[in-house]
Amino acid sequence: MKVVAKTANEAMAEAMRQINPDVVAAYPITPSTEIVQIFSRFVADGEVDTEFVPVESEHSAASACTGAAAAGARVMTATSSQGLALMNEVLFVTPALRLPIVICAINRTLSAPINIHCDHSDTMDQRDSGWMQFYVEDSQEAYDSVIQAVRITEEAFLPAIVSADAFILSHSLQRIEMLEDEEVQDFIGEHKTPYSVLDVDNPITVGPLDLQDYYFEHKRGEAEAMRKTPPIIKKVDREFGERFGREYGLIEEYRIKDANKAIVVMGSTAGTAKEVVDTLRQDGEKVGVVKVKAFRPWPREDINKSLEGLEYVAVMDRAEGMNGFGSPLFTEVRSSLYEIDKRPDIYGYVYGLGGRDVKPRDLKKVFDDLKKVESGKKIERVNYLGVRE
Amino acid sequence: MAEDLIEIRWHGRGGQGAKTAALLFGEAAIDTGMFIQAFPEYGPERTGAPIKSFNRLSKKPIRLHSGITNPNIVLVLDPTLLKTIDVLEGLEKGGILIVNTHKSPKEMREELSVEPGILVYTLDASKIAMETIGMNKPNTPMLGALARVTHILDFDKMLESIERKLKKKFRGKPEEIVSKNMEAIKTAHKMTKGEE
Amino acid sequence: MAEKKRGWKELPIGAIIDEAGSSEKFKTGDWREGRKPVLNKDKCTNCLLCWIFCPDSAIIVSNNEMKGFKYDYCKGCGICANQCPIGAIEMVPEEE
Repeated sequence: MKVVAKTANEAMAEAMRQINPDVVAAYPITPSTEIVQIFSRFVADGEVDTEFVPVESEHSAASACTGAAAAGARVMTATSSQGLALMNEVLFVTPALRLPIVICAINRTLSAPINIHCDHSDTMDQRDSGWMQFYVEDSQEAYDSVIQAVRITEEAFLPAIVSADAFILSHSLQRIEMLEDEEVQDFIGEHKTPYSVLDVDNPITVGPLDLQDYYFEHKRGEAEAMRKTPPIIKKVDREFGERFGREYGLIEEYRIKDANKAIVVMGSTAGTAKEVVDTLRQDGEKVGVVKVKAFRPWPREDINKSLEGLEYVAVMDRAEGMNGFGSPLFTEVRSSLYEIDKRPDIYGYVYGLGGRDVKPRDLKKVFDDLKKVESGKKIERVNYLGVRE
Repeated sequence: MAEDLIEIRWHGRGGQGAKTAALLFGEAAIDTGMFIQAFPEYGPERTGAPIKSFNRLSKKPIRLHSGITNPNIVLVLDPTLLKTIDVLEGLEKGGILIVNTHKSPKEMREELSVEPGILVYTLDASKIAMETIGMNKPNTPMLGALARVTHILDFDKMLESIERKLKKKFRGKPEEIVSKNMEAIKTAHKMTKGEE
Repeated sequence: MAEKKRGWKELPIGAIIDEAGSSEKFKTGDWREGRKPVLNKDKCTNCLLCWIFCPDSAIIVSNNEMKGFKYDYCKGCGICANQCPIGAIEMVPEEE
């Protein structure tokens, strides 16, 4: 173990170096460019054995990665925003073919208006594509999660996106503890692949036409694969914790046990929320945070167990769902709670779009709103935090 | 928020090394066992344009990920910024202002109407940089000033760390570029002036 | 007649086909719309252009000799007749 200073971009690139994937096909885009730039230097310096494919677009990157994975290679790439959106068509193919690939995604908003800063709209756009999605709070978690994701994807035979907030994490230098190269190799183990199109002794056809008679059955199988991921993620996470002392869970509860109000949030804002909770706790307020790390698979059971018995909950979305109501995290949480009896009163907050800074006082305002509700006042079911009226 | 949290804001122009200074200081702090953040003002980088970079330092893990609005310390790398940028923004009583200028702290306080309770320090970092490094690169001398004024880090340990980082950064360049930068930091550490 | 279709739990992972040569089971010969190719063995020089151009695998070749057609896989497209440089393949009405 060594203590170093790394931005999330650097941390993820270092994780990729230690993973030493067989193939990386990538196209640069702000703010994830550095990941690929740093990794290409590792390739040039001979620090990895990776076949690096500098493709002409993200659509090609996703295609080359999927093809390489079908050939049985361990594959990784990195992208952001419009790049992830351009991959979209291919991203539905990868999990349907049950191929394990890890994308390091830096969460940047989608155009228009054009903007390079953080929100989660790019990965939210991929929420139904069949990829696991892990949102991280800091550089350390970004590094750890990329390493964990290799194991998880190769046990689940589904791909995963590990995403970190643009600039707030991608370009912020932080203290992290890096594992030794051998520890990483030992943890991820031999590459596991469901099949290989290059296995001439066992010839197969990958991606054939599949009409009314079988398409549905294949999709049902893919859905089942996602349903089976929570125990896999927990097992890999637990083993990581036992070996290296850091464990994250599908969700993280912070001072929830005796709380009556909580914020549910993903990404770097979870850290800020914990600070706010500590401050409010000093004034005797019973508040807590639930950080959602795994958005796909949706951790329904963990969320319900965590929020059952709470009285007031605010769900923070760093994306606008454009459904005329609430955004993705809010609607998922609300839908999950439907099946429990003692469910909290729940409100949605859209925040931080296009990189709008989220200060402690903004999150304090959310708790203040919940207090207003507690005292009998009415507030909107879905709110916009930090936008000018 | 956390009481032991120190927040720093650097003002410079694109290319003057405000970002590098924040990174070097952050890395040095890690080497002394602290937790840190170092980040530039997010966005496209443009040579010559006014930019900001930031540090957070703490003995405990830092969980805050919001921008820094009320820094404890402000450093100004380029005195020409003082005319257009409000470098005092968010700096509260007990705060520290360190400016690269040939002027005295007293003159600086009058010029910027710095309210009482904020400490002002000055240093002719550009002159030191010209005399040592041979270029107007005021960022490393300002690190010396920061060490002198704040005592956040052990100066010798900070020097060791920065030397190591600079050797890595300037790998392949003439070796004297590192020793000249180190000399600049040490000179700046001596020359930084506070008010009487 | 109809093959029992497998349920989702019985399918191989990743929607792959794990059986080589399974396209042989898919007989496309019933796509022909009334015309089929016939070979005039006397004219044929065994240049095998028909074999190269056939979009399926309907040309029977053995010992480098053109032997005729697998009508189970011939869609009656007529490309073989069109490509044959000496007119040894003729498209004729199906009844003959």
